[in-house]
Amino acid sequence: MLRTGRDPYWKKKAKSTVESRAKKGTLYDGRALEQVRRGLKQWQDTVYRDWRALSSEEERDYQTASGIPLKQIYTPEDVSNAEYSAQGYPGVFPYLRGVYPDMYRGRKWTMRMFSGFGTPEDTNRRLKLLLEHGETGLSVAFDMPTLYGYDCDHERAHGEVGRCGVNVSSLKDMEVIFDGIPLDKVSTSMTINAPATVLTCMYAGVAKRRGIPISKLRGTVQADMLKEYIAQKEWAYPPEAHLRLVRDLMVFSTKEMPLWNYISISGYHIREAGSSAIQELAFTLADGFGYVELGMEAGLKAEQFAPRLSFFFNSTMDFFEEIAKFRAARRIWATVLREKYGVKDKRSLLMRFHTQTSGASLTWQQPLNNVVRTAIEALAAVLGGTQSLHTNSYDEAWALPTEQAVEVALRTQQIIAEETGTANVIDPLGGSYYVEWLTDQMEEEAYKYFDRIESSGGLLKAIKSGYLQREIAENSYRLSKRVEEDEDSVVGVNKYAKVEKEPIETLKIDFRAQKSQLKRLAAVKKARDGTKVKSALAKMEKAFESEDANSIYPMLDAVAQYATLGEIMGVGRKVWGGYKEPMLL
Amino acid sequence: MKKEAVQRRIRVLVAKPGLDGHDRGVLVLARAFRDSGMEVIYSGLLPSPDQVAQMAIDEDVDVVALSLLNGAHMTAFPRVKRLLDKLGGNDIVVVGGGIIPEEDKPKLLKLGITGLYGPGSSFEEIVEHVRARVSKERWKA
Repeated sequence: MLRTGRDPYWKKKAKSTVESRAKKGTLYDGRALEQVRRGLKQWQDTVYRDWRALSSEEERDYQTASGIPLKQIYTPEDVSNAEYSAQGYPGVFPYLRGVYPDMYRGRKWTMRMFSGFGTPEDTNRRLKLLLEHGETGLSVAFDMPTLYGYDCDHERAHGEVGRCGVNVSSLKDMEVIFDGIPLDKVSTSMTINAPATVLTCMYAGVAKRRGIPISKLRGTVQADMLKEYIAQKEWAYPPEAHLRLVRDLMVFSTKEMPLWNYISISGYHIREAGSSAIQELAFTLADGFGYVELGMEAGLKAEQFAPRLSFFFNSTMDFFEEIAKFRAARRIWATVLREKYGVKDKRSLLMRFHTQTSGASLTWQQPLNNVVRTAIEALAAVLGGTQSLHTNSYDEAWALPTEQAVEVALRTQQIIAEETGTANVIDPLGGSYYVEWLTDQMEEEAYKYFDRIESSGGLLKAIKSGYLQREIAENSYRLSKRVEEDEDSVVGVNKYAKVEKEPIETLKIDFRAQKSQLKRLAAVKKARDGTKVKSALAKMEKAFESEDANSIYPMLDAVAQYATLGEIMGVGRKVWGGYKEPMLL
Repeated sequence: MKKEAVQRRIRVLVAKPGLDGHDRGVLVLARAFRDSGMEVIYSGLLPSPDQVAQMAIDEDVDVVALSLLNGAHMTAFPRVKRLLDKLGGNDIVVVGGGIIPEEDKPKLLKLGITGLYGPGSSFEEIVEHVRARVSKERWKA
């Protein structure tokens, strides 16, 4: 999948998936199915037809948000290929119904709210507030300069420090962000990609200074560079260089930080960039297979690292399509890992995932409606069996969220968990003719995409040629046009719209963060031992230049000497250069 | 309107002048401009404001359409405009969009950066605005 584009598996698998859907399964008895078929035909020709003659059902093409055409009703006939073994039981292959045997009866999903803005002090305060409100996992957002690996004093950082997240320019900032937070007890997710290795080293650096063994650290860095080129577009180097750093992190973490989830394979951004649910599913899983191959190339056994791979999906407004997507994702992952990569260990087959409700679905207009959208999306994630969840705040089409809006978003999850009874039964939609059919459909479409990616020369080539990016851009244009032409409705935008001006209070971020970050960075540079920094960076450069070295060890040293994020990333820029993406128009 | 039809096609540079990879909006907008008959040049990702201004001059465009979602519009947009003026492109129409709070708009408008579209603005509205400004300011006489 990752490199050659000549693996026959994907073509075969796409073909066999299509064929298997045309076969008769054993779940439904042949004679009963015959009755269903006759009954349906009769219903369509009499009850339904007569009713339609008098009713005003809208004449339009019904389809899912991905464009899958829909019938008016689904029956056993649509899933007549069903084998119960392909649905199975929670905690048992192929994990369609959930990764754990007891799912939310054992433990509710982790409520993990992404936050970070302004100064490290601001973020520290917000993280502590969330812990007090019963949040169970921390999640930190970084500003643009940090995401691209520039210090706050770089000219490109001007005006952007602390705006979309917290700024981290050196270990010092991380010490402040996590001040007073028990790193050996919490799990921390850091949404960081290009500089993920550096931030991991900084987090480890904070722990070391407090005497906490790094082997005890629990958390996640996103470090999914493949999706950066596909969708989020926050890279520093060419793909090969970033993949090498991901490899170093995989190997290092496997050995030294066994509880660290060093890649969160992310569909979220692929979806936010405008892809369909099918594309999100297919491109994300293709990335996942890419990382499996990367780990195996590095000499690791899949069993050693696959349990540490986790996924991150989007949940947006087409309720059932989202649920089908989550279910299909689990089955595809387990199936391909076992079938193609020969993985036997059970833990390696489980697709565990985090979900975030869709930022792109939030409307700037009538922002309180976003509370409702987020609740529906969150419910889909829970019905889809997510392991953790971030719910967006209603004001996020306007700005970073206020504390009040964040609280409502967290309460939304708590209401689903505590009041709705949704968590009482595992995979409550399993067996719904529609949901099972749609799950199969999503799966089939995903396998077809894997085949197309492979035949276009493999994943890396599909990224470097811009194939996947153009697929997404075309879909996002299609979606925008559908709204513009009133084929799709968005309440408050092209339906039930009204004129309004800033009806809500939003969070304002001033230049305070920039000023105080510049001051701190200057102080850090003054206080550190310049010679030690220089020699640590030189060692790192040597490691970067030697393809077989593991660059994480010298990076830990550089971080501990207070080499800055920009300095460390700069070494890579010197060795590997930057990257310009293919033309996407 | 009729007069415009005989004019050459509008050349527009679409750009995100900052550290902001969220290109969904610009790519959609670029396609909408293209479908409305304009010649579209996309800056590619992550140009600095200086690079955007230079590109506008080099490509001899009528319009620069700027978009940022990262909150840096109050530094990046004015910088593009100032550099354009300096490089002799003070007649190039500059329009902007993204997430722009009401209180920021007067300052940008005063600099001649107009449109200031946000979520929910229609293609039609944006295209019309660009056409109107170009025909008034670039094709007068």
